[in-house]
Amino acid sequence: MAGTRFNFGRLLAIIIKEFIQLRRDRLTFAMMIGIPIIQMTLFGFAINGDPKRLPTVVVAHEQGLFTRSLVAAFTNSGYFAVVNADASEREADRMLAQGEAQFAITIPADFSHRLIRGERPALLLEADATDPSATGNAIAAVQQLAPLALQQDLTGVLASLQSSPAPFEIRIHRRYNPEGVTQYNIVPGLMGVILTMTLIMMTALGVTREVERGTMENLLATPALPLEVMVGKITPYILIGYVQVAIILLAARYVFSVPFAGSLALLLVCVMAFIAANLTVGITISSAARNQTQAMQMTFFFFLPSMLLSGFMFPFRGMPGWAQVLGELLPLTHFLRLIRGVMLKGNGAAELWVSFWPLLLFTAVVMAVGLKRFRKTLD
Amino acid sequence: MSAFVIDVVGLTKRYGDKTVVNQLDMQVQRGEIYGFLGPNGSGKTTSIRMMCGLLTPDAGSGHTLGFDVVKEAAAIKREVGYMTQRFGLYDDLTIRENLDFIARIYGMIQRRERVDAALDRLGLTARQKQLAGSLSGGWKQRLALAGCLLHQPQLLLLDEPTAGVDPSARRDFWDEIHALAHEGITVLVSTHYMDEAERCHRLGYIAYGRLLACGTPEELTARSGFTTWTASGSGASALAAELEALSAVALVTRFGNALHVSGQDATALDNALAPYRAVSGVAWEKTRPALEDIFISLMRQAADNYP
Ligand SMILES: Nc1ncnc2c1ncn2[C@@H]1O[C@H](COP(=O)(O)OP(=O)(O)OP(=O)(O)O)[C@@H](O)[C@H]1O
Ligand SMILES: [Mg+2]
Repeated sequence: MAGTRFNFGRLLAIIIKEFIQLRRDRLTFAMMIGIPIIQMTLFGFAINGDPKRLPTVVVAHEQGLFTRSLVAAFTNSGYFAVVNADASEREADRMLAQGEAQFAITIPADFSHRLIRGERPALLLEADATDPSATGNAIAAVQQLAPLALQQDLTGVLASLQSSPAPFEIRIHRRYNPEGVTQYNIVPGLMGVILTMTLIMMTALGVTREVERGTMENLLATPALPLEVMVGKITPYILIGYVQVAIILLAARYVFSVPFAGSLALLLVCVMAFIAANLTVGITISSAARNQTQAMQMTFFFFLPSMLLSGFMFPFRGMPGWAQVLGELLPLTHFLRLIRGVMLKGNGAAELWVSFWPLLLFTAVVMAVGLKRFRKTLD
Repeated sequence: MSAFVIDVVGLTKRYGDKTVVNQLDMQVQRGEIYGFLGPNGSGKTTSIRMMCGLLTPDAGSGHTLGFDVVKEAAAIKREVGYMTQRFGLYDDLTIRENLDFIARIYGMIQRRERVDAALDRLGLTARQKQLAGSLSGGWKQRLALAGCLLHQPQLLLLDEPTAGVDPSARRDFWDEIHALAHEGITVLVSTHYMDEAERCHRLGYIAYGRLLACGTPEELTARSGFTTWTASGSGASALAAELEALSAVALVTRFGNALHVSGQDATALDNALAPYRAVSGVAWEKTRPALEDIFISLMRQAADNYP
């Protein structure tokens, strides 16, 4: 029947109306732009901070000239502050476990002996990497200091050992955090978190607001179709989502110097799929919620597990099995893999597909549910 | 095509196990102003929503403007102007933006001119940039009406359009409705005001989801079979409780200092009231029952019949 087909004129009417309302709603508008900036500042700078003088325990199975020089070199780098210069292995373990020390340096018993014989003995540096941002820079500094640490001691007959590579090896052991998440992981991850939060909340509130204020009944009494209303309401938020993405990408590049290994076009495609997934969640919430307060509660009900189980807060492989299963159901989990894949690993379309189709499937399933419910708003 | 603009039979709507509209039959003729009355929660809004295709009835069928209310809802929506009980326009859009939005939704050509004309007709051209939310109740209602009329509907469904509006604004509103009816537009209007009921061509009274009575105000008065006496004067209101207890008296309604005492049986009522004619400070006069008397009594009967 004529008039029941999708009509772009009506869609445009709704989009224009949404933009006018959005422009008038200064607080919301400020929030949409402000949230990424605030979160980037909080998370970004918190992790990018360069903590120094981290508590360090030394387990020296051998005391001597080299040991003293090594400990001095560590201290001089500024990142290590020795809190216990002669601990037992058990004691060092306990201090790491309880957070009293961030690092433990173990010097083996025959260290000087093997060093002099040119056998490149290994020194063990254990780091409590639960907060990788705290240890990242220190570990980087260690790599620099190795060749120089013993320069002054290796004189005379030992001068030949000054050659590079360094006369000894530093084995780094990141404990408690098998994935070794670095700060580069967090800024791209933030993009997913921010998009999830603002998009779901804004769409959920947007439609619920119409119902709550009584304007939905009026709208549905006109020839406008539910699908037109839905698409018209979410289009402005798609644009806003991309503005947020732009802000985050610029900050990632110029403020946090996060490398960008992959293709920007691929990234934008991934973002599109992720935005679609979130918007369908928002619409579904808004058709289930009876008022804006409920819509807000449901948003957080979805947002919290997304934050906790997606691999943003905790390394995904470090979570128990059931939590991983739940995590696989969340779009943010797949998006984090996509965006880290594109930005950090330079993945191409073929490698990304495994994480891309779950987003499409999620969107299709939720859309089917949401649209069905949306049609019935007045019945 | 049926001679009726609205013609529904057996319309029924249930929410859970509550039947909100029960076997409603209703006919509205072209060009008439049909008043839809009934207490709160009696099912007026629900009925109107079914008539314009916003709600699907659980039972019954019907046509609005010749279109099937279930199968041709889209066509009905194009031809009907529905003014919702709550203000349905956007508080955070200006008057002009609201009208412009509606014009776009209906895909109107010459949108500008039509919005201009509507603003002019409303007398709001000077205030077109004001936010709709800042308008007073009366102006909001006029704006909502203008929004309903923009696409030139043949039928107006007005759900309590004058609730909370001052008497003079209500009067203007009704003048406008009569002018529209004169132009040939059919109007179905729900209201709780009896003076507005008197201004309608025909009335339907609904309670507990059932249409209890339907007809012109005169027909309803005649059909009620009421004989009504008005007792006025300083002593009148003191008698109310005593009169209500008399078996010949069906209903006592207070109007300021006066009482309307109504009964079905004229002679019995005369006899029963005889002793009170002598009470000092009370003047008795035989009058026509007011619509309010009739509706209250209908509702009481309904309450007895459908608990
Ligand atoms: N969506 C709904 N779900 C459940 N019950 C509903 C719904 N809509 C209406 N009702 C109930 O149906 C009954 C009739 O409601 P309706 O709004 O049609 O009455 P009304 O005559 O318009 O009342 P009023 O004069 O107060 O506007 C009320 O008891 C109401 O609570
Ligand atoms: Mg109502």
